[in-house]
Amino acid sequence: MQETNISAKNFEQCQKCSICETVCPVMANNPAYGGPKRSGPDGERYRLKNGIFFDDSLKYCLNCKRCEVACPSGVRIADLIQQARIDYGRKAPKLRDMMLASTDQMGPVAGAFAPLVNFSLGLSPVKGLMDLTLGIDKHRTLPKYSSETFVHWFKKNAAAKQDAFRKHISYFHGCYANFNYPQLGKDFVAVLNAFGYGVHLIDERCCGVAKIANGMIPAATRDARTNIAEFEKAVSQGRDIVTVSTTCTMTLLEEYPELLKVDNSKVKDHISLVEQFLYKAIASGEVKPVWKEGYKARAAYHCPCHQERLGLGIFTTELLKMIPGMELTELESNCCGIAGTYGFKKENYKYSQMIGKPLFDDIAAQAPEFVACECETCKWQIEMSTGVPVKNPVSILAEALDLEATAAANR
Amino acid sequence: MPVKNEFDVIIIGGGITGAGTARDCAMRGLKVLLIERHDIATGATGRNHGLLHSGARYAVKDSESAEECIRENKILRSIAANCVEDTGGLFITLPEDADAGFGLDYQQKFIEACTKAGIDAHAISPAEAIAMEPSVNPTLIGAVVVPDGSVDPFRLCAANVTDAAMHGAKILPYTEFLDFVREGDTILGVRVRDARSGQESEYRAPVTVNAAGIWGHGVAEKAGVHIGMYPAKGALLVFGHRVNNVVINRCRKSADGDILVPGDSVTVIGTTSTKVPFEECDHMEVTPDEVRLLLREGCALCPALASTRILRAYAGVRPLVADDSDPTGRSISRGIVCLDHETRDGIKGFVSITGGKLMTYRLMAELATDAVCRKLGVTQACTTAETPLPGSADGRIESVSKRFEGKPSAGQKGAAGRQGDLVGKIHFNTEADRQLVCECENVTLAEIKYAVAELGVRSLGDLRRRTRVGMGTCQGTLCIRKAAKALAEALGDPSLAPKLAADYLDERWKGMRAVGWGATLREMEFMQRVYKFEKPYSYDEV
Repeated sequence: MQETNISAKNFEQCQKCSICETVCPVMANNPAYGGPKRSGPDGERYRLKNGIFFDDSLKYCLNCKRCEVACPSGVRIADLIQQARIDYGRKAPKLRDMMLASTDQMGPVAGAFAPLVNFSLGLSPVKGLMDLTLGIDKHRTLPKYSSETFVHWFKKNAAAKQDAFRKHISYFHGCYANFNYPQLGKDFVAVLNAFGYGVHLIDERCCGVAKIANGMIPAATRDARTNIAEFEKAVSQGRDIVTVSTTCTMTLLEEYPELLKVDNSKVKDHISLVEQFLYKAIASGEVKPVWKEGYKARAAYHCPCHQERLGLGIFTTELLKMIPGMELTELESNCCGIAGTYGFKKENYKYSQMIGKPLFDDIAAQAPEFVACECETCKWQIEMSTGVPVKNPVSILAEALDLEATAAANR
Repeated sequence: MPVKNEFDVIIIGGGITGAGTARDCAMRGLKVLLIERHDIATGATGRNHGLLHSGARYAVKDSESAEECIRENKILRSIAANCVEDTGGLFITLPEDADAGFGLDYQQKFIEACTKAGIDAHAISPAEAIAMEPSVNPTLIGAVVVPDGSVDPFRLCAANVTDAAMHGAKILPYTEFLDFVREGDTILGVRVRDARSGQESEYRAPVTVNAAGIWGHGVAEKAGVHIGMYPAKGALLVFGHRVNNVVINRCRKSADGDILVPGDSVTVIGTTSTKVPFEECDHMEVTPDEVRLLLREGCALCPALASTRILRAYAGVRPLVADDSDPTGRSISRGIVCLDHETRDGIKGFVSITGGKLMTYRLMAELATDAVCRKLGVTQACTTAETPLPGSADGRIESVSKRFEGKPSAGQKGAAGRQGDLVGKIHFNTEADRQLVCECENVTLAEIKYAVAELGVRSLGDLRRRTRVGMGTCQGTLCIRKAAKALAEALGDPSLAPKLAADYLDERWKGMRAVGWGATLREMEFMQRVYKFEKPYSYDEV
């Protein structure tokens, strides 16, 4: 590796083979985007010469990281692009981008007035106004806010019982489970408790992925430092960190050191996605599932792009295949097109839907009861675009497991 | 055999010296013919660091060269803004330099010598040096800032040739000098052969200038004149991208591999110095020992080079000249040598301009042109120091880029950097014209069409020297067929394309094989598989 950061991210290993261009979902749909090779390693050579070669079109990269999965030379192409946006891009983010990115700050405010906020965000005049004034596409429905956050529920209903367990983990729930969909957090607690793990919260901050994507680097870095310090505390207590969101996990594992220069080396090996954590525990005989009699489901699994980048999709499919009565098919590897806050932006809406179309068509052809997927933003996109419900694997487990029998088997 | 005698002066050699002399002569109103056996800038001109010397390197040992350098440095910044980049330079002192007697005492002596020569040099702390250039060896114990820069020798040479042509000079590349036409002691002109058609012709002029670099030795022999020349090979390595943005030198007695220059999209380390036989001058190859030496010394300037990808290696031959006053021929001058063979050897109508360096080409051209004018009785004064070269009236990429409608594309910004304020002549009319041909170096079809139409391009190598096409990471693997097709069509014979591409790749391969390991070896394998050519090297050899 380089001793200075000048040629970091392996960019000089690029052979120009252009395989990355064949897998880039944006390049195939948006002619304004130069593609991963030109925006990444090619562009980097010229940006090192003169910052004037930074091109605004890098904003069209949705950071799906499919280029990195495809690259035979190990070039961190998407990271190069994100880094260039950080180093050379517009310094002050727009109001809209700040609002979309600050999931943790908007959450508490919106949650306090959840019924009103959800009602008004769903009204077409409000959507039209947001489209015009903020550039949030009117076709989108912003995720609903919950009146009671997961953390509030947990403290009231679950926290006191956790110390009684024999084994313990720390749960990084992420903003979505906390503000928008506490049921996911509740399912997580139910499943982990059933397997005999006490669940503990840490003083977590937003992972920062949306802030990174929208150029709010100092804020993202502050949050990252707090999270890592919290993780170190948990690890010192012998607790691994278990997560539910693919993209949060990728951010904690990869983006912290690469883009924010926050060292996660002490805790990296102790962070795992819940599906990976449970698959390993079950496969090693550490825990034992007891399944509900008569559970039946026909599901199609969509592997989120970042799950592919992390190489973790296999844990989810193997875990779901353990469920008796589960008829699971795997969807073709395609990007859904939303990429977090990307698809909410008016300028990206059209391409977002074009990118997702092969996936939507695949889902329509398979016509499953529901789609299984670890990522919350994929969920919004797929539900909005296909009408097929999307369930997180943890929620599927919560339905398929005989929780009481499992708890008894793992006491 | 057609005879033409329509020139005041014939210049042999299309390197920077010949190009500069052609420009100067043409600007003084002479009818000029420039002949070059290959393309312009194919000899030593295109095979060096591309360092815009401040003169600091020579300050301690050779104050005359130092003064020449800083004068020309300032002139080039003003007349060749488009070819020059103001990177600044550092002369660093390392702990091992101090051990070898070149410590901070020497640094003081160095600064005094620079100041005496008119070079603005001041010491900064190691911490300041690292802040200025983060890739510099962090163990340094001292650094001096000097006004070094980088210069693109291809662009500089092309700009001189273009300006000469704009002042009426006739430029004949791919025209090989065969012999002189002479009558007794007087040179009347030259006999040449068109390298493509093989057709021979004669051109006549009252004065002929030998500006053929190291090959000037052979040219002079044809006139029955001996110039004691020493071909000194210098090898260099090109790294895949910019590692440094400031020139880095060692503050000690000049040695091998002690200058690291950021030029255009790459960084270049050099050079070595080895005497080679004249027969080898046409076929320079860089040896494994030279590569090792350059890497070792390069890493002392900038440790990251140890793990940075090397694109290729190349070597040039310096035309060093033995001092006429030294009968042993051992005393080599690095200064400019301008010989009037009438006074020196009794041969009328013949001038040789040699020695010197890229940095002082304009001064060399001025001296040669003065000699020509004396012979012709012309009294016109030299104006090359005040007149900007074509493309350089506004040479800043930032301001030139603003000339495009709307936001400039990568290809337009690339063209602005290379062609300077001549970008207006590039027509980005159609979607196809705006498309990038070479994605590594941001070269559009429009720029290629411009280079073919206006800059005398005949081969892909010529095109590379004008536009950087195929000079990037893939060394042409991904773009050269597109470029070959565009060039062949522009030359009016689309069937030429495969040959043009093959010639180009052969030449690239030669430069890559000296550094064929790691990512470069993978690139070579990739190139070989894409084009399915036989592997012209063995692993043992490399």
